[in-house]
Amino acid sequence: MTRKLLLDKVNVEGIAGYDVYRKNGGYRSVEKALKTMSPDEVVEEVKKSGLRGRGGAGFPTGMKWSFLAKPEGVPRHLLCNADESEPGTFKDRYLMEKIPHLLIEGMIVSSFALGANQSYIYIRGEYMYVLRILEKAIAEAYANGWLGKNILGTGFDLDLSVTPGAGAYICGEETALIESLEGKRGNPRIKPPFPAVKGLWQRPTVVNNVETIAAVVPIVNDGGEEYAKIGIGRSTGTKLISAGGNINKPGVYEIEMNITVEEFIYSDTYCGGIKNGKRLKACVPGGSSVPILPHYLVCKTAAGEDRLMTYESLADGGFATGSMLGSGGFIVYDEDQCIVRNTWNFTRFYHHESCGQCSPCREGTGWMEKVLHRLEYGHGKMEDINLLWDIQRKIEGNTICPLGDAAAWPVAAAIRHFREEFEWHVNEPKACMERNYGLVTEKTFETATA
Amino acid sequence: MSETTHSQVSFSDELLKEVNRVIGQFPEGKQKSALIRVLHIAQAEFGWLSVPVMDYVARLLHIQPIEVYEVATFYSMYDTKPVGKVKLEVCRTGPCMIEGAEKIVKYIEDKLGIQDGETTADGIFTLKTVECLGACGYAPMLQAGEKYHEHLTEAKVDELIEAYRKNPVANYMGQETNLNSAKS
Amino acid sequence: MSEQTEKIKVTIDGKLVEVAPGTTILNAAREIGGEVVPPAMCYYSSLKGSGGKCRTCLVEVSKGSEKDPRPMPKLVASCSTPVADGMEVKNKSSEKVLDARKGVVEFLLINHPLDCPICDQAGECHLQDLAFEHGLEKTRYEFKRRTFDQIDIGEYIKLHMTRCILCYRCVYTADQLTNAREHGVLKRGDAAEISTYIQNSLDNDFIGNVIDVCPVGALTDRTFRFKSRVWYTKPMDVHCECSKCSGKAVAWMIGDEIARITARKDQYGEVKEFICNDCRFNKKQKSDWVFEGPRHIDRHSVISANKYEDPIPEHTPLLNKA
Ligand SMILES: Cc1cc2nc3c(=O)[nH]c(=O)nc-3n(C[C@H](O)[C@H](O)[C@H](O)COP(=O)(O)O)c2cc1C
Ligand code: SF4
Ligand code: SF4
Ligand code: FES
Repeated sequence: MTRKLLLDKVNVEGIAGYDVYRKNGGYRSVEKALKTMSPDEVVEEVKKSGLRGRGGAGFPTGMKWSFLAKPEGVPRHLLCNADESEPGTFKDRYLMEKIPHLLIEGMIVSSFALGANQSYIYIRGEYMYVLRILEKAIAEAYANGWLGKNILGTGFDLDLSVTPGAGAYICGEETALIESLEGKRGNPRIKPPFPAVKGLWQRPTVVNNVETIAAVVPIVNDGGEEYAKIGIGRSTGTKLISAGGNINKPGVYEIEMNITVEEFIYSDTYCGGIKNGKRLKACVPGGSSVPILPHYLVCKTAAGEDRLMTYESLADGGFATGSMLGSGGFIVYDEDQCIVRNTWNFTRFYHHESCGQCSPCREGTGWMEKVLHRLEYGHGKMEDINLLWDIQRKIEGNTICPLGDAAAWPVAAAIRHFREEFEWHVNEPKACMERNYGLVTEKTFETATA
Repeated sequence: MSETTHSQVSFSDELLKEVNRVIGQFPEGKQKSALIRVLHIAQAEFGWLSVPVMDYVARLLHIQPIEVYEVATFYSMYDTKPVGKVKLEVCRTGPCMIEGAEKIVKYIEDKLGIQDGETTADGIFTLKTVECLGACGYAPMLQAGEKYHEHLTEAKVDELIEAYRKNPVANYMGQETNLNSAKS
Repeated sequence: MSEQTEKIKVTIDGKLVEVAPGTTILNAAREIGGEVVPPAMCYYSSLKGSGGKCRTCLVEVSKGSEKDPRPMPKLVASCSTPVADGMEVKNKSSEKVLDARKGVVEFLLINHPLDCPICDQAGECHLQDLAFEHGLEKTRYEFKRRTFDQIDIGEYIKLHMTRCILCYRCVYTADQLTNAREHGVLKRGDAAEISTYIQNSLDNDFIGNVIDVCPVGALTDRTFRFKSRVWYTKPMDVHCECSKCSGKAVAWMIGDEIARITARKDQYGEVKEFICNDCRFNKKQKSDWVFEGPRHIDRHSVISANKYEDPIPEHTPLLNKA
């Protein structure tokens, strides 16, 4: 049995309500932290746990917290990033809907650790019904003395509210989220200054993903060291994976970060294998932004080792033969799927979601979409493939925020691994409208010895 | 669909109370932070965001009208043109696409005789394809009002269109959703 | 050391300069001057918050600082990155920078109408200069360009959105010089546009300055008399007694008549002293002004380099052929 730290109680009848949650050990971490620990001790436990941000970038949470500026007399804020808009990702919604008090509990403990007295959960506007679930839970937490003034008589005050977006992937980027929370367009800010120094209303601010904040609860309850025992290397603890695509059992899974990709895809505990007995064609393991892997690099690394569901192993081989754990949006493609179509679809997404502030992303995403559309519909030219490569290369790294990179990477990876399928679309314009290419041929890689 | 603007724009006392509650979540002087939520409230109330509606919101929050226009046109959930009573927002992004979203869109288009972005002549339905709604594991899916409809089939689409036609209220506030999620 | 604030050292393309801490790389480069100065399309020193958007000023930081000599992993926007002591920067000496800049120019041009021959700004357009210096020989973009209708925003200003590069300078100008901004950026991505949304006329005493800050011909002066190419007009420094502004301006003359009035710009095309609408739009008689003498345009540009002559030369293939 794998250990579950976040979703262990998720199927307990009525767990979304306060009483059941509390009876099942809820809010213990608040009692422990506020009554027996100092804020710095909480930060220390989070550091020891090795917890890394679950929003996509995987930055160590304890370290991020210790960067927060603490000028005298200036309020600080903790913002929870519940924007969850990365295609392939739906774990935060699951957690918030099923067990909302876990997030609230995490917000209280984390706010305490950071010395924040006014915290917000920024949730994507489409999740309005989840916002209502959270508001109900927050009201219950206030009514039971977990929020408000002088919590548990410790002198710690905290106000917490949920506030919606209104349809913009870019508001998941932390500075765009801050702008949006200030009631503005979601244009990412130019950094520096970083949010840790000047964030919401120019005050020091930490932004963390829903799952990251929820994970603080078991870390405080059981201690950082206990948490760090789970997983491998720098991938500690458990991770929520949103599994989707052509698999038998799509859904949200909490995994210990030590299982193999093969087990995750094929075992009945998780995805249950490819639907309809088809063969695996490709996999995007961490949300639409991360490089797509061809079938022969999914379960094994280029060096022939088992690929694991960890930050390091999924990234093994760099972008040449690896990918990223990202947000844990795990999308599986069977042999009937078209990579060109999927790349076009993702690029259309980034084009649609670009805020439009900086030229490479504003203009480049739309350009790539048009070229990919032409290729997909059998009007492409051979030069288009190199053109696409060049456009993505000129976007990557040259933009204000990482959305530019997120738009460039899927295109680059698709061309890198599936070039023959792109070429086929050019050479067989009729056939490409009637059927799909199937599996690409396996390339061999120099298994680096040096 | 004859309305091209709103003439009488004001919130009921109950909605004003809600607006004040939302403003109260932010520190003094930071009432602009309530803008996105208040626009959602206004859209639910008036159907779409016409200039008089946006100007009203600007007055409520003591900001310039342009600050409201800038925001209302940035976020994809806001409608600055009239729409039907029920918006069927079908997710078209990758994970939904590979599970048949395009067929669902085509089916709805044929069934209602409208294209993506259009509204039925009776003013009940607007079809809109949208980007990933965070339901990839339950694909294909659509959102109507606040409600997520997942694991769509043609039969399911028939059913829900019938239901909405009888009762074209898209705001399903508080209604149970039936997620078919992974067992944990 | 007699200096009050300690200066820090930064090297740009091999040239050393000492600047105050907090200075941006771009401004440090401007202190050196000449070839090492990266081009800037969105940054405007007097507009708070401007910069960072267009990405034309990207440079390579090959050494972060004396303390932390590691190079920065990505190119950075020189207009919004502060220098550090011992920093080494590459502008023109970096292949990566030149390549990225070429990309930025191409991106800025894919949706730009190639209408220089009929554009009021031709000859003093920063995009034209940039394309001339950094552009590709021919565009690789084969799709329909984005277009918008021209609109008049009030009796003085015309907005030709199709030409806009979304530098946001006009928005910052309106924020800073007027107390109730009426125009802004609507929509998002490549559908974004500068607009008033409800076709408001912009009528504020200083709103005319949006024309001068616009790096391209998107915002133009409706009172520009005698439709004429800029290089046929002769700029003269002029001033007047004005209760609203400094009254220091440039009169662009055709023969003996004033074709238009603008504020005075420095070699980077930036206005240091903004002028009021009255000076700009209403004082079109020679008798309204005291003439100081011909204005020396030392901006590194298509006009000053005399690349512009009649008829429109084929100097920028990209701009003339679609
Ligand atoms: C375009 C873009 C979209 C993002 N969307 C999300 C998101 O929806 N949810 C999220 O938690 N982080 C998102 N991120 C990452 C955040 O910027 C930020 O790194 C994260 O919220 C930090 O939290 P963590 O350290 O707990 O992961 C996004 C980043 C980018 C560049
Ligand atoms: S990279 Fe794209 S989304 Fe990010 S700031 Fe630039 S235009 Fe906006
Ligand atoms: S109109 Fe001119 S100044 Fe305004 S954003 Fe566009 S290019 Fe910049
Ligand atoms: S001038 Fe620096 S990004 Fe535009």
